[in-house]
Amino acid sequence: MSAIKIDILNKRFPGVGEATGHLVIENLNLTINPQEFVCLVGPSGCGKTTLLNIIAGLDTDFTGEISVGQVTKKSKIGVVFQNPRLLAWRTVRQNIELVQERFQNAELIDELLDVMQLTVFQNVYPERLSLGMSRRVALIRAFAVNPDLLLMDEPFVSLDAPTARQVRDLLLLLWEKRPHTVLFVTHDLREAIALADRLVFLSAAPMGFVADIKVSIPRTERNNEQAIEEFRQQLMNEYPAIKQLI
Amino acid sequence: MLEPSGLKINLNIHKYFLSVLSLLFLLITWQALAVYLDSSTFPMPVLVAKVFWQACVTGQLPYHLGMTLLRLIVSFSIAMLFGCAMGIALGRNRKLDAFFDNWLVIFLNVPALVTIILCYVWFGLVESAAILAVVVNKLPNVIVTIREGTRALDQDLMDMARCYRLSKRKILLEIIWPQLHPFVMGATRSGLALIWKIILVVELLGRSNGMGYQLHLFFQMFDVASILAYTLAFVGVIQLIELLILKPLDQHALRWRR
Repeated sequence: MSAIKIDILNKRFPGVGEATGHLVIENLNLTINPQEFVCLVGPSGCGKTTLLNIIAGLDTDFTGEISVGQVTKKSKIGVVFQNPRLLAWRTVRQNIELVQERFQNAELIDELLDVMQLTVFQNVYPERLSLGMSRRVALIRAFAVNPDLLLMDEPFVSLDAPTARQVRDLLLLLWEKRPHTVLFVTHDLREAIALADRLVFLSAAPMGFVADIKVSIPRTERNNEQAIEEFRQQLMNEYPAIKQLI
Repeated sequence: MLEPSGLKINLNIHKYFLSVLSLLFLLITWQALAVYLDSSTFPMPVLVAKVFWQACVTGQLPYHLGMTLLRLIVSFSIAMLFGCAMGIALGRNRKLDAFFDNWLVIFLNVPALVTIILCYVWFGLVESAAILAVVVNKLPNVIVTIREGTRALDQDLMDMARCYRLSKRKILLEIIWPQLHPFVMGATRSGLALIWKIILVVELLGRSNGMGYQLHLFFQMFDVASILAYTLAFVGVIQLIELLILKPLDQHALRWRR
């Protein structure tokens, strides 16, 4: 999978009737290197989800160009949406198996279910799960396709702190084991620093580029709260523009 | 105090008892009216039961009911199959929908009798014309119901399916069809009721067997007992379809609901 080049001149949601509409994204240039872990950080409502939808190919109504490189039929995309989007009429396991189109991999599912502590719930219908559990199922679903590109839209919201930490570790483990491109949307700066190679800060609507910062903390130090806090303080001092976003 | 399960059984018996009681009351009212009116055009329940039994023994009733049922199954299947396909197509494609919307309105509003007469005039008094007449009457209803269902599909799930590049077959079977199920069941129930009514007229006008044909004969002879006997058989069959086919289908499809 080659680099993702994002070049959006503008993206506008049409207004109702006479209204001029709402300009969501303006002049956004961004390149995401292969196998890079990038966090998109920006205030709520700035258009991060819209951007992800455009990259995922769900929204084609914009001016500009996106090249997702050699996305062939074979390259797989895993997506974690803000809401779990599970099929209510399929059990947890069936929901995960559904996306493993040509390559059933039961072992991988078993392993993921185990790590997420959902093994006992695998034959339950999603309506009986809590929101946090449904989110974990959606995460498993995304990991289960062995994605080449993983798009995640605030995936850890409504998980309790220990679970969130566990899932974060799992995400990093899977990513290190089989490197793939990850685009991770969040408005939690500490989470972003703990995960990413690179932070991309985005402004409030119309969304534009604010700063692009490499996270210099080595991967082994990412569990160190203090290192992350120091990096955060340093960021705030060096880039005052960021302060307004967070 | 009763156990919850005991309470449930008790409630069920209660319900059962009530429905038996209400049927009994209907029979008694009928009997009383028949005695009071003392007319050959309002027979007593016993007479109707006797006629029913005789018609069953001679094989007349099963034969004609069977013919009608056969026509029902064939025309219903054709109408549902094409109706679902067209309904999904119109619900998913706005241009197609805009183009065919007027056609739908026209076909929805052509009186059943008109299509029946036209089919017989154009294609002769043959079986296929009879089936076609029923299908043409039922099809627009199915299309409209399924189209509404398709418009109400969850876009979030469709997006999810597109992201994960699910095959067309999977999208149809796993994502669209389960969401359409309530609409299909609605179309099935309203469709059965509609087809029953139309199919009798079709048989009355141009067939030499089936319930409609028989009822026409009884009408000419003022044989009310036979008319009522056939009607009872009819109601029985509908109840059986509901109980043995539709209810289990519903329960199976909604098993995931809390």
